[in-house]
Amino acid sequence: MIQLSGINKTFNVGKPNEFQALKGIDLEVALNEVSVFIGPSGSGKTTLLSILGCMSRPTSGRIWLNGREITGLPERFAAETRRETFGFIFQNYNLIKGITVLENTMLPAYPTGITYRVIRDRAVSLLEKLGIESKAREPVEHLSGGEQQRAAIARALVNGPSIVIADEPTAHLDSELAQRLLDIFAGFKKEGKTILIACHDPLVFESPVVDRVVSMRDGRIVENDH
Amino acid sequence: MGNVEYELAETAEINAENNNNDISLCALCEREKQSRKFLSDMKWIERQRAFMDFTLSSLWRRKVRNLSLLLVYALVIFLLSSVIFFAHALRKEAEAILEGSPQMIVQRTVGGRHSLIPIDYVEKIDQIRGTSSVKPRLWGYYYHPASRSNYTIMVPENYSRTDDIVETGAGVLRTWGALWDGKLYLKAHDGEAIFLKPINTMTDETDLVSADLILMSETTFRKISGVPEGYATDLTVRIRNERECQTIARKIVQVLPDTRPILKEEIIRTYSSLFDWRGGYVIVLLGGAVLAFFIFAWDKATGLSAEEKTEIGILKGIGWDTSDVLMMKFWEGVVISLTAFLLGVITAYVHVYFVSAPLFEHALKGWAILYPKFTLRPAVNAYQLAILFFLTVVPYTLITIVPTWKVAVTDPDVVMRH
Repeated sequence: MIQLSGINKTFNVGKPNEFQALKGIDLEVALNEVSVFIGPSGSGKTTLLSILGCMSRPTSGRIWLNGREITGLPERFAAETRRETFGFIFQNYNLIKGITVLENTMLPAYPTGITYRVIRDRAVSLLEKLGIESKAREPVEHLSGGEQQRAAIARALVNGPSIVIADEPTAHLDSELAQRLLDIFAGFKKEGKTILIACHDPLVFESPVVDRVVSMRDGRIVENDH
Repeated sequence: MGNVEYELAETAEINAENNNNDISLCALCEREKQSRKFLSDMKWIERQRAFMDFTLSSLWRRKVRNLSLLLVYALVIFLLSSVIFFAHALRKEAEAILEGSPQMIVQRTVGGRHSLIPIDYVEKIDQIRGTSSVKPRLWGYYYHPASRSNYTIMVPENYSRTDDIVETGAGVLRTWGALWDGKLYLKAHDGEAIFLKPINTMTDETDLVSADLILMSETTFRKISGVPEGYATDLTVRIRNERECQTIARKIVQVLPDTRPILKEEIIRTYSSLFDWRGGYVIVLLGGAVLAFFIFAWDKATGLSAEEKTEIGILKGIGWDTSDVLMMKFWEGVVISLTAFLLGVITAYVHVYFVSAPLFEHALKGWAILYPKFTLRPAVNAYQLAILFFLTVVPYTLITIVPTWKVAVTDPDVVMRH
């Protein structure tokens, strides 16, 4: 269970361009479910996911993950939690250009101290599972959009996270590729993973794989459907 | 055995067993601690290997930028270490040559200038306690108009050849010009022509001081130079105890006030400061290049591109913490600066000791017409190299870390908005 209580996030505090992205969010997210956060641009979806995934800290409020508070973790422990508990799939994939698909996939595991061979085997098996093992030795910029996204998914899974966070995962995909991605998410759900998605694509939030839809607007939760 | 004794024995046995258990428990704890430490050490090594692996692919991605940086960096190190190696090797060479020379040379001065010294001074100096031998020395210069060069002419101790044979340094025949029937043509002090058969007997090792040397018999020397009988150019004094040199020099001046004793250590010091001065002069000239390099390196290393900033954000987003990013950048700095250092130093070593430093020899060896040709014996001053290392590798590595740290300490969520 992920619990959020009174989460506020303000950017540029005290400056003329101060902006409150989240306003008093209270939420409980069940594990082993697919939850989708929907809302227009600027509604606070991405900010909420980044706070949930220990990427940034709330200005106020508290977060618990399986009963353990993760709100004000020191940077080192926040990074460790981010690395071991969460897997991120970014909107623009955020793969590192110039290095191979395999190296990109292995990157999150480098700071863990696991031996190189184990990381490589793990990455190769993930790429096999996602059907892009033949591209493992190619630089990521040679891949198509769909292949890049699968590489990004493989990277998100290399440390075996229990929670996968995806920000606008279908933004650059056609309907067929978007459906294939949802099938992948369905597979994750079967494996017992929790999936948190920020999205405003009806193909995603109307999909039967989704358990819960949270609507957001102006930094607040306006609807919370199961 | 009675009951009491039996119980006592049993208790002792149980205690011993407990003690053994305690000891084995402690041993287990200790073993576990050791294995945990081992595992944590292994993890650290694996992490560094992984960071290094990523660093190398990262460097290779920007190969044009990094290779140009590496080349310029290596060139600067090469120039600096060449000067250091060369000046040091020359100093060592001079020291090696002067090692066997007498501890003191006594000259006579007239009007503040070096003048010929009467040979009967030998006896007076010989009477001073502490001297082991005093010998007159005949040497001077001979100007040869055909080659427009000055040669050093000298009478060695125990010269065994006849008056018409001279021993020459490697540079003499190279520059002398045409020989007269295989003989050197010289003009005596009174204008008379003298023909001398040259024999090259000197080795390359002594070329630094013997390139322009012509050794001859005393009779021939006096004929060419005009030094009259009973006079010598100077006197060499050997002293039993080197620590007495100063005292003996003082005594010589007391007995013979018109003389000037020159100690061997003073000659070595003069050579040393001459080469240091020349080395310093070249380093000052190179100062501009070094400064230009550091401005270039500073610009390259501190100005993180937008791409690099995004990459740091991505790495943080996928679970790297600030120290991991800094470690990766540290390795990047180490790889570039250490490679440049090794490349520069090794090339300088080859340049100085294998091809006799063609880039610097004119500036460092001197301005004589007769440039000595010789291969320097490798002599590396570890202290100077260490200073060069700390002045080049360390600052570069540090300046690459600072801008990365500035970017790496920001929250990684910016990557979500990229």
